[in-house]
Amino acid sequence: MESLLHSVQGYIYPDELQLQWSILIVLYPFITGLVAGAFILASLERVFNVEAVKPTYRLALLTALAFMIVAPLPLQLHLGHPERSFEMYLTPHTTSAMAMFGFVYLWYLMVVLVLEIWLDFRKDIVLMARASTGLKRMLYRAMALGSDNISERSLRIDDKVGKFITIVGIPSAILLHGYVGFIFGSVKANPWWSSALMPVVFIFSAMVSGIALVLLLYQFVSWYRRAAVDMPCLDTIARYLLYAFIIDFSLEMLDLVHRIYEADESFKTLDFMVHTKLYFSQIILQIIVGTLLPIGLLALVQLVKLTEQARRAIYGAAGLLTLVGIFAMRWNVVIGGQLFSKSLLGYTTYKMGLWTREGLLPAIILLILPFVILYMLVKLLPPWDKARGAEVPRAQG
Amino acid sequence: MREWLRDREHMVRMGILFAGALAVFLVARAVMVPKDFGTYGHFRTGALADNMAHPLVFAGRQACGDCHDDIVASRKGSKHEQIGCEACHGALEAHASADDPSALKPKLPDVKTICLVCHRENVAKPAGFPQVDPKDHGDGGPCTSCHNPHHPEIS
Amino acid sequence: MEADRREFLKQTGLLLVLTGAAAQAWDFVLAGEPEKAPTYKLLDHWWAMAMDIRKCIGCGNCVRACKTENGVLLEPDCFRTWVERYHVHPDDPGHPEVDSPNGGYGGFPEKYKAGDGSKNFFVPKMCNHCAHSPCVQVCPVGATFESPDGVVLVDKTYCLGCRYCVQACPYGCRYIDPRTETVDKCSLCYHRITKGLTTACCEVCPMGARKLGDLKDPKDPIHDFLKDHMIHVLKPEMATGAKAYYNGLDGSVR
Ligand code: HEC
Ligand code: HEC
Ligand code: HEC
Ligand code: HEC
Repeated sequence: MESLLHSVQGYIYPDELQLQWSILIVLYPFITGLVAGAFILASLERVFNVEAVKPTYRLALLTALAFMIVAPLPLQLHLGHPERSFEMYLTPHTTSAMAMFGFVYLWYLMVVLVLEIWLDFRKDIVLMARASTGLKRMLYRAMALGSDNISERSLRIDDKVGKFITIVGIPSAILLHGYVGFIFGSVKANPWWSSALMPVVFIFSAMVSGIALVLLLYQFVSWYRRAAVDMPCLDTIARYLLYAFIIDFSLEMLDLVHRIYEADESFKTLDFMVHTKLYFSQIILQIIVGTLLPIGLLALVQLVKLTEQARRAIYGAAGLLTLVGIFAMRWNVVIGGQLFSKSLLGYTTYKMGLWTREGLLPAIILLILPFVILYMLVKLLPPWDKARGAEVPRAQG
Repeated sequence: MREWLRDREHMVRMGILFAGALAVFLVARAVMVPKDFGTYGHFRTGALADNMAHPLVFAGRQACGDCHDDIVASRKGSKHEQIGCEACHGALEAHASADDPSALKPKLPDVKTICLVCHRENVAKPAGFPQVDPKDHGDGGPCTSCHNPHHPEIS
Repeated sequence: MEADRREFLKQTGLLLVLTGAAAQAWDFVLAGEPEKAPTYKLLDHWWAMAMDIRKCIGCGNCVRACKTENGVLLEPDCFRTWVERYHVHPDDPGHPEVDSPNGGYGGFPEKYKAGDGSKNFFVPKMCNHCAHSPCVQVCPVGATFESPDGVVLVDKTYCLGCRYCVQACPYGCRYIDPRTETVDKCSLCYHRITKGLTTACCEVCPMGARKLGDLKDPKDPIHDFLKDHMIHVLKPEMATGAKAYYNGLDGSVR
């Protein structure tokens, strides 16, 4: 406690000395944002018939699933009583934004992601079940729900249902992440969070981060497989990233300008915070390094004719910077919202643990985990076949 | 019918899977939701009883009078009359509700410090509140050498 | 059957739904005091708090008594009630200097000098037992709730420890109890007020600077308190329906 007190400036309510939401809660919107963004990118192909992004369609879906599986883990790890979390399904409080999490999550995971992936990969699953033996065969047969039917008509039905699910999926993805924004935006006690723009900003930042992630993953996977990168696809994705980013940034600036102009009672306190405790993570990381720089890079590609090599390098750099910027944005929202007292008279400091349950190490593990899951998913359901027609699913073993 | 089903069979199977999961969920929910949930609002009614069941620690001033009516009488007309006994004597439910209170005889307040808890000078105190600076007031000994704690007015 | 029981509960207002440990403790509390059998009528009360800043002397009795009565941890910082000291320069009321050393647990060592033209006073703080509690609104499972008699309570066997309510409380009145890993807050000494006693903090307040009141009891002095003084609640702009009513609340108090 002594040491905690030293990190306090001004006056904070005594119960505010403990910071309640840690880096794990930073991860949660970051990860769900990646899910929503990756899914929305994937659905571009299916719903809006953007042919160019087709090579990434299945990869984006699997990425969304991998991250979706991990999304509730930081929450569970953070709860005082994770074993009671099922109560959210038993007695959900209808006035609580958080209570809806369980349902939105289940809906999105099971109805949207799993169904859509199942429908899209069903042919491959059946083919792989046919081509493999032993345990593996049983696994694929189970995944095909024992059906061996890949007749023309059944696949057409799959496609129709799949398209319908994608259409339902887009509002679901927006709901999934918009509601995460609402969890923060609806806390009237906290002027840093309380904003009707919060859900909208969250949705667009989700798109930005998800698109950036797929952009990076696609390049990485192509390099890993020594396959040629589909440049028109990459260019299209990068263009969408730029558009989404511009909207996202405009919204954030709108929020900022609005705050500065209104300058309500909380303004001085928040302004001070942004210029001190949040200076590095907000001004430097989020706005300059994580937003203006990647927007500049992506815009450069639009303005100047560059070689393929240069474009790829730029996309890689912009994608990475974007992820850093969006992570910083989540950090600034979650942690920043707890660094000042609700008395508006003082500030506290967030001291991140390292090995503790809510420390840095679990956070890093949780960030690596989705990639491990993605690796396994890709092994299970190789996403590259019909996209470029060249490769037929290889039946291993 | 069979013809219709042939190419939709996998869909139907998936549908059954989902319906099954939903049924399991509904049954589990019916079993697991606490029976007393929702009687008065969105909470477990038993939680009211849980909160009520917390043991008492302070007895309340009414309790002391039953046995210490001499003290109560001595406080009559004093400016300390309105102060609860446990404001100075601390929590005494254990003493007051004991079968033999004398067996749980409370420790008396420290007469050197107890008065200053309230009466030490402080600019943030309401101006009318009687305050003293122990350096200027009294003789450095216990305040009770001149004041009766239950009736502190002199004269 | 279910409807009957519900009706019965409502009519009598009796709490018959005592579960396991609670029932035992209840018996224990009542042992030897049959006259205090649960005759408490849930729907006949609407509890509130009357706070008088002009009376508070910052002795810290309430803070200590609260921790004793409710077994609140001394460390780390957990306060169901605390006292703040304000130091306001009349020409700059927007920037009060505030402190609350250990919540006021050990009183307030003199820090300011008399006669520097400043305004100094103590502000006792606690849960406002809001009628439209933002903390209750956000609880995902119903582990914190407004009781029918107007007290915001926590169900410690049901709380997930998600801390959303801590974020939602505009007054900073909630904390996580590290022993149970659940949220904890002022219960308005529910175990006392339902037995006809006042809260621990009111019990030991020498000045009567805080007084429990029952707004449904027409004879309760709180009605005069509310009528005879200029009354304010904390952060009225939050529209929480706060029921801790302050007399003499300075505009600088946050
Ligand atoms: C059931 C009767 C009873 C009640 C109720 C009761 N007491 Fe006592 N108290 C006693 C008895 C008996 C003694 C022992 C007297 C003795 O041994 O001189 C005692 C002793 C004390 C003493 C110590 C006296 C000394 O000389 O050391 C204090 C102080 C005291 N009581 C305070 C209180 C307070 C405050 C309350 C109310 C919370 C209270 N008592 C309630 C019966 C009671
Ligand atoms: C302002 C503080 C204060 C209050 C209020 C107070 N007491 Fe005391 N009481 C004291 C102090 C101090 C002593 C010890 C006196 C001494 O040691 O000389 C004492 C002593 C006693 C004693 C034992 C000595 C004696 O005088 O018989 C009893 C019994 C007692 N108090 C009961 C009560 C009861 C009952 C009440 C409430 C009706 C009460 N007190 C309220 C401060 C207080
Ligand atoms: C729990 C707080 C508290 C404690 C402890 C306490 N007092 Fe008091 N005292 C009060 C209050 C409240 C008043 C009434 C002030 C008023 O009405 O303005 C008071 C009044 C007085 C007065 C009367 C002042 C006057 O205006 O005539 C004297 C003298 C006094 N106390 C002395 C003492 C002494 C001596 C002790 C220690 C035995 C003591 N007090 C302990 C709270 C306390
Ligand atoms: C040597 C005897 C003596 C001692 C010891 C003593 N007092 Fe007094 N005190 C008095 C007298 C005499 C008065 C009455 C003065 C008056 O009525 O104006 C008084 C008055 C007071 C008053 C009322 C002051 C006012 O402004 O109305 C308080 C409060 C008080 N004393 C507290 C204490 C405290 C606390 C202590 C212990 C630190 C203490 N006294 C020790 C003799 C004493």
